[in-house]
Amino acid sequence: MRTLIAAIAICVAGFAVSAAPTAPVVDAVITAKGMPKKLSDFGFFTDAAGWKPNKGVELYQLNSALFTDYAEKYRYIYVPAGQRAVADGDGLLQFPVGSALIKSFGYEIDGKDRLLETRVLLHRADGWIALPYVWNAEQTEATLKVAGKRIPVRFTDPSGESRDISYAVPNKNQCKECHSLSGEVMPIGPKSRNLSHDTLDMLLSNAMLEQKSGSHPPVADYDDAAMPLESRARAYLDINCAHCHNRQGSASNSGLFLTYEEESPVHLGVGKRPVAAGRGSGGFEFAIAPGNPDESIMMHRLKSLESGVAMPEVGRSLVHAEGAALLSKWIAEMEKE
Amino acid sequence: MIRTLLVATALCCTMPALAKTITVEAGADAQEKLQEALILAEPGDVVELGAGTFTLTDGLSLDVDQVTVRGQGMDKSILSFAGQLGAGEGLLVTSDDVVLRDFAVEDSKGDGIKSKGADRIVYHAIRVEWTGGPKASNGAYGIYPVEASDILVQDSIVRGASDAGIYVGQSKNIIVRRNTAIENVAGIEIENSFDAEVTENLVTENTGGILVFDLPNLPQMGGHNVLVARNAIINNNTDNFAPEGNIVASVPAGTGVMVMANRNVQVVENAMINNGTSNVMVVAYTQSFDDPNYDPTPRDVYIANNVYGRAGFAPDFEGGQQLAAAFGGALPGVFYDGLGKGLIVNDAVSVLNLGLTKVGQSPAEAKPTLHEQKGKGETVALSPIVLPASMEAALK
Repeated sequence: MRTLIAAIAICVAGFAVSAAPTAPVVDAVITAKGMPKKLSDFGFFTDAAGWKPNKGVELYQLNSALFTDYAEKYRYIYVPAGQRAVADGDGLLQFPVGSALIKSFGYEIDGKDRLLETRVLLHRADGWIALPYVWNAEQTEATLKVAGKRIPVRFTDPSGESRDISYAVPNKNQCKECHSLSGEVMPIGPKSRNLSHDTLDMLLSNAMLEQKSGSHPPVADYDDAAMPLESRARAYLDINCAHCHNRQGSASNSGLFLTYEEESPVHLGVGKRPVAAGRGSGGFEFAIAPGNPDESIMMHRLKSLESGVAMPEVGRSLVHAEGAALLSKWIAEMEKE
Repeated sequence: MIRTLLVATALCCTMPALAKTITVEAGADAQEKLQEALILAEPGDVVELGAGTFTLTDGLSLDVDQVTVRGQGMDKSILSFAGQLGAGEGLLVTSDDVVLRDFAVEDSKGDGIKSKGADRIVYHAIRVEWTGGPKASNGAYGIYPVEASDILVQDSIVRGASDAGIYVGQSKNIIVRRNTAIENVAGIEIENSFDAEVTENLVTENTGGILVFDLPNLPQMGGHNVLVARNAIINNNTDNFAPEGNIVASVPAGTGVMVMANRNVQVVENAMINNGTSNVMVVAYTQSFDDPNYDPTPRDVYIANNVYGRAGFAPDFEGGQQLAAAFGGALPGVFYDGLGKGLIVNDAVSVLNLGLTKVGQSPAEAKPTLHEQKGKGETVALSPIVLPASMEAALK
């Protein structure tokens, strides 16, 4: 029986190349209870290596992206046929049950693009569930690893430097730590304001999205030096920190709230003393000391690689030099109090 | 038919009636095996830790309600995080009705065990320790429940935390009972919390023994109704080793009990002995803040029926030595900054009143006197903290 299924799968993959009809995404696997053992169970991709999205699975782009050790990320959105996501008044996307967000992580290694892991967020009747799948060395299948995994990786970073890291695939709970809003799993990236212009056009023209009300000014691309410094810094904090540092997030008890909407300077960190930072404080008094990045706890923790000090707590084993430089400049230009 | 059967099975699985015990032994792959067990556990299950040392490479976490994690004893089942590469704590719990008992967490890089938003959590006979003794490089908190209702910490031992051994923050309905806190900066700290009992603990060789604090700019403020009773608070004279910037870094070595910016705190029937700055301090929050909803003063603090040993012989703050000299070589056993209102001290102990009139005023402007109180003051006893019966039952 299993052999037969495997044979069919191979046939399907074979046909894909010759543009014959392929098996569609398996909606029942997305919505059923349980945790599928293999990424291929979903049918999100038509090839075994996870590069060719199936019908209805669309590649999308964000304006500003979370830093994950310089990994390349490939994001896909799937909405069940005939349904659409709705952008509500706050610009959050409300996805119908049966939707999935799929994100593959990889590096160019020895001149070849290789995938390390693919994370899926599945919208089921009882809420979202986040699951991590790890690719095999042959790049032919990704297998569920609820407990996460560490993978040694050597790659060349954007500055040309060779890096050896212990890449951490998050465990299922760590997925939720970041994707948590009032204790429930929620998507982070796909907000109207953070979807690229092209992505919004694509979703609208594919009838995958309905925009309920007004437009939401897009979040700046923090890498875009032509944008105002303030916008870039706030965009960086929003996508890299605010998934935990918000009033309903994993770091709600810190009182440090870094969302794009936050208006209170003290909750953004300006003149804010630490609460539970421990040695994360680095001996400094304030999260942000205006005009003085070198004495700001925020910079100390962004630039640290030490567990218990480094922020974000998961998903980073390297310093994001470009991000740190951006925030450092932002703090340096703040008026001293 | 098959579908009906599957649905029925699925329903049964969520019922504790089919609860199972998942045993995890120490050894190779401890990280993956234990983390997997904590993820795949279902409500009602017990994750049982074998005897031995579990060598872990990353933080662990539990997010399933009604799970018990139980070891063979706090000196037998040891989770060692000495080689931890990631995460902000050793073990993180984010689900409700969890019982943690009979195991140890050693040398985590951040906090020891954190439970966030985890209601009705029981910590019983847990040991959290930084085995190198007190060091600024140790993690901040040992046992760290935060933002939850109904918390019970009992018969546990915490040593070496660079902030607080047992720290309960922004929570409600709390019992911290019969624990030992040794060689931490703060032994036990109740912060921005409502309705807490800290009773029958041994708190010794910390910088400060028991702290009841409230801090500004946090989601839950206005700490109140805290009973500190029948504790042994002895010899808390360890040099402050907290990293600067944290509020506990400002706690003088030699502090027995410190009540800061809280309301309705009762310090009764404790033995407070040999704390070099003061056996009890009642003070306002002195740092600058920008928060109209925050009251920095101590209000309605009641001190009675305590046993006092020596105190105030080595005051660890600027001008402390001169002040002690003015009082004949040692400060009085109780130290009050003069701010807030409603302090009652019914014990036969002298009370130093700094006579400050404004929050944040320089101690140089203090007009120290002995606090005068005519007769015995009266208060209303705090209502006893009642926890759900299931929590007390978990101690058995």
